[in-house]
Amino acid sequence: MLAVILFSVALALVAPALHRVMQERTGWVLALVPLGLFAYFTSFLPVVMAGEAVRQVVAWVPSFGVNLSFYLDGLSLLFALLITGLGVLIVVYAGDYLKGHAHRGRFYLFLLLFMSAMLGLVLSDNLIALFVFWELTAFSSYLLIGFKHAEEKARTSALQALLVTGAGGLALLAGFVLLSIAGGGSFELSEIMAQGEAVREHALYVPLFILIVLGAFTKSAQFPFHFWLPNAMAAPAPVSAYLHSATMVKAGIYLLARLDALLGSTTLWVWTLSVAGVLTMLTGAVLAVRHTDLKKVLAYSTITALGTLTLLLGLSFEASIKAAVVFLIVHSLYKGAFFLIAGSVDHAVGARDVLRVGGLRKVMPFTGGAAVLAGLSMAGLPPLFGFVGKELAYKAKLGFEGADFILPGVAVLANALTVVAAGVLVLRPFFGQAPTPPQPPRETSARMWLGPLVLSSLSLGLGLFPTLLAAPLVGPAVTATLGAPIPIKLTLWYGFNTALLLSILTVALGVMLYLRWDWLRGMLARFEERLAPFGPERLYAHALNGMLRLADAQTRLLQNGSLRIYLLWLFGLAVALPGVTLFVKHTGGWGAWTAFWSDVLAYEWMLGGLIVLAAGAVVVARSRMLGVAALGVVGFSVALLFLTLGAPDLSMTQFLVETLIVVIILLVLRHLPVIAREAPTRARSRLFDGVLSLGVGAVMTLLALAVLRVPFDPSVSTFFAEESVPSGFGSNIVNVILVDFRALDTLGEIAVLAVAALGAYVLVRFGGLPVLPRAAPPQSLILQTATRFLITLLLLASLFLLWRGHNEPGGGFIGGLVAAGAFTLYLIAFREEALRRMLRVPPRVLLGIGLSLALLSGLVALLASDAFMTGQWLSLYLGGGAAPLKLGTPLLFDVGVYLVVIGFTLTIILALARARPRLA
Amino acid sequence: MQALLALLIGVLTAAGVYLMLRRNLLRKIFGLVLLSNAVNLLVFTMGRATRVGPPLVPEGATLPVEPYANPLPQALVLTAIVIGFGLVAYALVLVYRNYATLGTMDAEQLEDSACAEDVPDTNGILEVDIGDAVPVARALSFSPDAQRPLLKSL
Repeated sequence: MLAVILFSVALALVAPALHRVMQERTGWVLALVPLGLFAYFTSFLPVVMAGEAVRQVVAWVPSFGVNLSFYLDGLSLLFALLITGLGVLIVVYAGDYLKGHAHRGRFYLFLLLFMSAMLGLVLSDNLIALFVFWELTAFSSYLLIGFKHAEEKARTSALQALLVTGAGGLALLAGFVLLSIAGGGSFELSEIMAQGEAVREHALYVPLFILIVLGAFTKSAQFPFHFWLPNAMAAPAPVSAYLHSATMVKAGIYLLARLDALLGSTTLWVWTLSVAGVLTMLTGAVLAVRHTDLKKVLAYSTITALGTLTLLLGLSFEASIKAAVVFLIVHSLYKGAFFLIAGSVDHAVGARDVLRVGGLRKVMPFTGGAAVLAGLSMAGLPPLFGFVGKELAYKAKLGFEGADFILPGVAVLANALTVVAAGVLVLRPFFGQAPTPPQPPRETSARMWLGPLVLSSLSLGLGLFPTLLAAPLVGPAVTATLGAPIPIKLTLWYGFNTALLLSILTVALGVMLYLRWDWLRGMLARFEERLAPFGPERLYAHALNGMLRLADAQTRLLQNGSLRIYLLWLFGLAVALPGVTLFVKHTGGWGAWTAFWSDVLAYEWMLGGLIVLAAGAVVVARSRMLGVAALGVVGFSVALLFLTLGAPDLSMTQFLVETLIVVIILLVLRHLPVIAREAPTRARSRLFDGVLSLGVGAVMTLLALAVLRVPFDPSVSTFFAEESVPSGFGSNIVNVILVDFRALDTLGEIAVLAVAALGAYVLVRFGGLPVLPRAAPPQSLILQTATRFLITLLLLASLFLLWRGHNEPGGGFIGGLVAAGAFTLYLIAFREEALRRMLRVPPRVLLGIGLSLALLSGLVALLASDAFMTGQWLSLYLGGGAAPLKLGTPLLFDVGVYLVVIGFTLTIILALARARPRLA
Repeated sequence: MQALLALLIGVLTAAGVYLMLRRNLLRKIFGLVLLSNAVNLLVFTMGRATRVGPPLVPEGATLPVEPYANPLPQALVLTAIVIGFGLVAYALVLVYRNYATLGTMDAEQLEDSACAEDVPDTNGILEVDIGDAVPVARALSFSPDAQRPLLKSL
């Protein structure tokens, strides 16, 4: 079954391309997809009739117990046949309905996608998979309602349907998780079903019931969530016929039926479902006769039907389940037909308001005939199938002990109003006098009256011979819902009984009300106007607006576009959260604080004092030069600290970086104004910032001290130290970590450098900033002479540092920085042109070469079937008893690092060297 | 010794944060540099910095001479220094480019000009009209005055 669904999704995806080739014939060709599926599912009839179920499992995310498991029993089969069978007619119909529409290919895509999702929904055995398909139907419904996306109403209606059903979907997911917990941990519905008793008595039963029912009610438009369905009529008619009457809105009904044997029969179940069902039934029935737009009338009468189904499932005993299954089929047949008819009328006349359309019977005989049959079935008159359904429903309501007065009474009222609606739908547009229509009416093509006619004929045929359906479909579906087989007998004529009396009463009341429809409508319109401000749709709008206002207020507070405010929040929380945690959790006291001080040496005090003084100088400096110099003092002092603490590599790197950064700052500062020009900040702000900064600093210090009190776990460091020589063939452990153990991290870091360099290059050289003309000839003879001598020496030194880095302090980063320093010196002495001539290639080429080398060194390992970036080594025996020379890919990697560092520095420095100051 | 390092981390952080809260973009970068130094020192200190020899293995041996410095934070900090170099260099270029194009080094002036020019198109928020039966989403036009931060007085 997975293959079938995937196949149908695949065909959905090629539908737009197919439409481009086939044009008009696409509808016929694509109709073969649901037709084939229909045939496929029909082949399961014998198995299901024999009372068996088919289960197929494909593991999806086995570690979470999520499987694509499919389960086909009577209930699933009934839905699958409805979905695919109607699908055929809808696809054929849509081809003509949307004739000439620019996005018809897209429409087929959405429609088939929906069909696949809906099939997955009714076939899934796994709760999570069911939820995924559930959401997919909501998603494709969103696309279909918003199909006329140029219209604002279509967009807002689509969003509304998505939000309402999506919120329900989330509740459903939570409910499913609880159900799985209550059902013994499995997500497979067929396994949970066996735990019925345990689930109903589980402590989680009430919450899981509420959550699942929320999902079902939002999807099936139960009161008070019904309002999205009439708005969804913004969708094209075939979509309304398919999704919003026959299939998708019945997903909630399907779920309730599916879970009836598991969760049903409790007081909570019976009461919740019957009350919601009755309210929905009445709301829909009343509002249906209040409207004149064909599609609105249909939408509200669909709500009535959905309420009836919920009520029947809620009563949860044999007769009611049987009635529910039959009524489900009845409703899908006549309502599907009616929506298509409404579309045809709209298509033919250009209007679908019954006050503007009339007398179409003569020009549209086929559509009119279908309408008469569908209307009779809707009104529940013999010999249509609707009569059978209604009789069964009355019997069920009469048979329910405890409410045998209220339920039939309510049902008679709702059904009488449905008779009125049926009259409005059939008599007004097709009989009576024709007001001047917007365009001259004509019968639609066969493709468009075929669907309604087929569905209506089925209503008639099944009404005459209901037994045909009893054994193959109704019986197995009822069995699956109840969890136990019961005898099913369907007939048009049950003899004289109370149910028949109620039917006669219903029709009489209906005819009476229909004759006074105009009065009834006016009264209801006034009534609705008064109630509207308290309706659930207003609540929805208020909730949505409230959410937007909240988001707005929150954005204004936290992310209002002011960098200072962003930073204040960030640093403020950085003080508050860890600070509070520190004081609450750190119960050890701060006694060790003093113990740490005793061993500070004199030169450490001096270095520390220098750092504090220099940092203070940076803060108070009004002159840029003083700031830069003080910053340099901080950097060099930190480098010295590293040196005294056994980190020569760090020290060298920091020294070189500090030097190069000064060059870059000076190149930039040429073009920037002095700091003093900025507007002064208020003293209050400065005080606040000062206190906050001290707070952040204090938290950092205390955090460091707190961590230092915890015993140190050296296992990772020890591993690197022990493995460095045996596995990495290098004595400089820091370098071995960088180019071998954690080379992948380093690769990421040099990639960042390359991107930063290219970004800086683009910032300086593009976007309308002209470059400076060639610089004036150089000036200092001493500098030039010294540089000529020094550059060779420095470059040799950089290569030496690169080479020895694996065993002694040095390496690609340090070597690269030294070489970059050498080139920068050359730039200062001889100007930019000379450096470019010496380099021959633009420095950004070095970035590419360096990155490629680093990547290549990692790929070598793949040839030796090792993991990416595993070091590969080659021993060269030079003779003379000396130790062999080891050459390996980590060395090549380090060369890549070396080149990227040079490329990065020179790209930025050369770009800035010719950068032009701001034009006046 | 470690207490001194912890204190230095705090001082450098405080100075860095204060500078990052200034309006002048160059001083923000100065703050960034100080903060980078503080964080590098923090990572280094967390690996238990002590006055010992570097993590180098002598010729012919397989293990460094005890006691030796922890190599792991050194490797982390080494790349952090270089990345910090890249970050500061890029930030400097960004500030230069910003000044060349917009003519200001004042972060607050930048925000104002951003509000005046770009924001109406991109930052509009949705509002649903309750008056209609069907909620209508429409974009509110963006006014810089409504944007004035709540915490501006700080």
